[in-house]
Amino acid sequence: MALETSRRGFLKGAAAAGAVLFVGARPDGVLAASNTDTMITPFVRIDANGVVTAIVKHFEMGQGTATGLTTLIAEEMGLRMDQIEYGFAPSNPQVYNNLFFGPTQGTGGSTAMANSFMQYRQAGAGARAVLIEAAAQTWGVTSGSLDIIDGMIVGGGQSAPLGDFVAAAAALSVAAEPVLKSPDQWRLIGNPSVRRTDAEIKGNGQAIFGMDLDLPNQMIAMVKRPEQMGATVISFDASGAEGIKGFIRAATLPNQAGVAVYAENTWAAMQARDLIDVTWDTSTAETRSSDQIKAEIMAALNAPAQFNVNKTDAAATEAKMAEASTVVEETFYFPLLAHAPMEPMNCTIEQTPEGKIILHDGCQIPTGPHMAFAQIFNLPMDQIEIRTLLTGGSFGRRATPEADYQVEAALAFMLTDRSRPVKLVWTREDDIRGGYYRPAFGHRVRVGLDKNGQIIAWDHHIAGQSIMRGTPFEGFAVHDGVDHSSVEGASDTPYQIPNAHFGLSDVPKATNVLWWRAVGHTHTAYVMEVMMDKAARAAGADPLQFRLGYLTDGVDQIRKAGVLRLAAEKAGWGQAPAGHAQGIAVHKSFGSYVAEVVEVSGSPADGVRIERVTCAVDCGIAVNPDLVAAQMEGGIGYGIGHAMRDQITLTDGAPDQWNFPDYEPLRISDIGAIDVHIV
Amino acid sequence: MAFTLNLNGETKNVEADAGTPLLWVIRDELKLTGTKFGCGVASCGACTVHLDGVPVRSCQTYVEDVDGSEITTIEAIAGNEIGAAVQQAWMELDVVQCGYCQSGQIMSAVGLLSENPKPSVQEIEDYMYGNACRCAAYQRIRAGIQRASEILEA
Repeated sequence: MALETSRRGFLKGAAAAGAVLFVGARPDGVLAASNTDTMITPFVRIDANGVVTAIVKHFEMGQGTATGLTTLIAEEMGLRMDQIEYGFAPSNPQVYNNLFFGPTQGTGGSTAMANSFMQYRQAGAGARAVLIEAAAQTWGVTSGSLDIIDGMIVGGGQSAPLGDFVAAAAALSVAAEPVLKSPDQWRLIGNPSVRRTDAEIKGNGQAIFGMDLDLPNQMIAMVKRPEQMGATVISFDASGAEGIKGFIRAATLPNQAGVAVYAENTWAAMQARDLIDVTWDTSTAETRSSDQIKAEIMAALNAPAQFNVNKTDAAATEAKMAEASTVVEETFYFPLLAHAPMEPMNCTIEQTPEGKIILHDGCQIPTGPHMAFAQIFNLPMDQIEIRTLLTGGSFGRRATPEADYQVEAALAFMLTDRSRPVKLVWTREDDIRGGYYRPAFGHRVRVGLDKNGQIIAWDHHIAGQSIMRGTPFEGFAVHDGVDHSSVEGASDTPYQIPNAHFGLSDVPKATNVLWWRAVGHTHTAYVMEVMMDKAARAAGADPLQFRLGYLTDGVDQIRKAGVLRLAAEKAGWGQAPAGHAQGIAVHKSFGSYVAEVVEVSGSPADGVRIERVTCAVDCGIAVNPDLVAAQMEGGIGYGIGHAMRDQITLTDGAPDQWNFPDYEPLRISDIGAIDVHIV
Repeated sequence: MAFTLNLNGETKNVEADAGTPLLWVIRDELKLTGTKFGCGVASCGACTVHLDGVPVRSCQTYVEDVDGSEITTIEAIAGNEIGAAVQQAWMELDVVQCGYCQSGQIMSAVGLLSENPKPSVQEIEDYMYGNACRCAAYQRIRAGIQRASEILEA
């Protein structure tokens, strides 16, 4: 399969005359050079004109990985960023897998750059080595006397473009571990002036997102869905839609989850869908309201925890709590949230004359739909091809374990004669009301302080809806009943808190739930930091100094304290202008440490305005510092926007929200300046 | 019904129902996909185009109402001095993240700078309020407009 799926149309000029050099992995995983991508699965391609293309195994949802992986190749090959292009890799879980995910190609969990860092540098270094060796042989000089500078091979008084040596280089072997540039040689890695590779096309309308794909003769499909999550189709009447010009037909999906509506164009599909009457079977549907779900979570918090997360001695924590001179107690509730990426879900499926299935998708976990399609279409994996397009955001939504919208498209495609491509389009309402929400969670925390204001006990009970339970990921994500994504950021806090005890209770799922940008940390970070603040206040201590007191030794603690100090210094902690107030928080999530000082004006009675956010981040090596800064700016905004006003509520199992007017995005006036400082 | 549109300086004949949103005529009939579908209810601004130089939400503008107007989309905004300056500023500052809202952001920013060449932060926030960015690139959108203003002044 590695052989077959590597021949792709995206490889610009693939049909052009002249030699091509590919550097990538052989089927046995060893790095190799070749003049054909049937023998290896490439990470980089160089044609006889010297056009270099990085083959990007992760999708691009705005996080900047397309720039990041391209930067790694360019760095090692001695190219400027304007001398390299990129294309998205096809689905190939053997070679393009996320090295942290096993045999799964996919993007998530803040792993894209981390898992690719050595792999893409080695590919770039391998390409550099064979090109230089080919030039050395041609010129009769030693390879050590040559270098690649700005895309030209230079040395010994000679200079020539890379393309001249592509044919010769393709016949050479690549060292198993090619020599990499050392950090002091880096010109691009860590350089804040490196710009995004996708900025121009996203600013001039030329970028093609999944929603923009326009295959010849394609049909648009939309799905009429039930109001109540999980209801199924009994029957439908499409007579009302017959008069809509461009309406083709409607059909019940094989899983009865909805009615597929086919039309010649998007507007016709939207109109026709509105005019189709469906009779629903609600016997299997969600019927609870969000108030009931909240009551269930709160009741669980009042009962003993189902799981002892860290296997600590609850009685010992209680004994210490009894000795405390002050106990700070707080209960929290976090509602369901929608991801609401700007680009609603969509994808397009076509069948080739030879019977292959092609999925065109802003595909976050290609291996998911790849395997699902193999089953649905009863085809071997190599008869299914996935072409990844730019994606208008995800925040986790495009990565469902069951490949929900791609499977929906496949079922809609199955109901046709397959002679026309089918493009599945969701509206904003489909998205906001479509489930896969950030689960609702509750926390109850008691912090015991001694007479010196030192924490001597921390009892923490978390209750909510497990994301992983009941999914294919349960086996590796749920241990002894504990879904790590329910407690991450709390039970594994780097804070050195004595006599801490963490309990977890699972509450049955409302609808379906899904990871949402930062997953468990979306609630645990808030709770941990609010409790540290309240404990500091009870102790009469400065919130910064109080936190530092629990981050005294260990690598984790030192890095966490480091960003805390940096944010405090850059923000002028304790020196807020008159009428402004400051708050500070710090958290470790997915291997990165982030501290923020937020400066606000206003009052609790009149509301507050966020004047300034000062952020310090330690993410290890920042390959593209300006993109890291952009991610921090965006993450801060995404968090604040939802904390301010957004939630999904349910009445009798049906979402109450419809679209942006009642699921109001953060607006430009909601947030002031954000200064990001990278360690 | 047949309509004749003046789009990006060219005359385009299209066949559509009178109540068809301009958005879908531009995207599905005229195949210009830089103008995006985000909400369909004029609440996100991703579909912003210019009608006679003024930004409008094309998802709530109907094809029957644009007869005789000059329609400009993101694909042609570089032909306008302000449009080119905004695009340059956007690239200098890497304003985009996912980019899906950015055509609309740029069309609105050009509208703002056309009527107010040196907007204050408050004026930027007031004018750009209706353009949502789920990546929350707002800091750079503000800075991008200020930078474009500088480019135009120079």
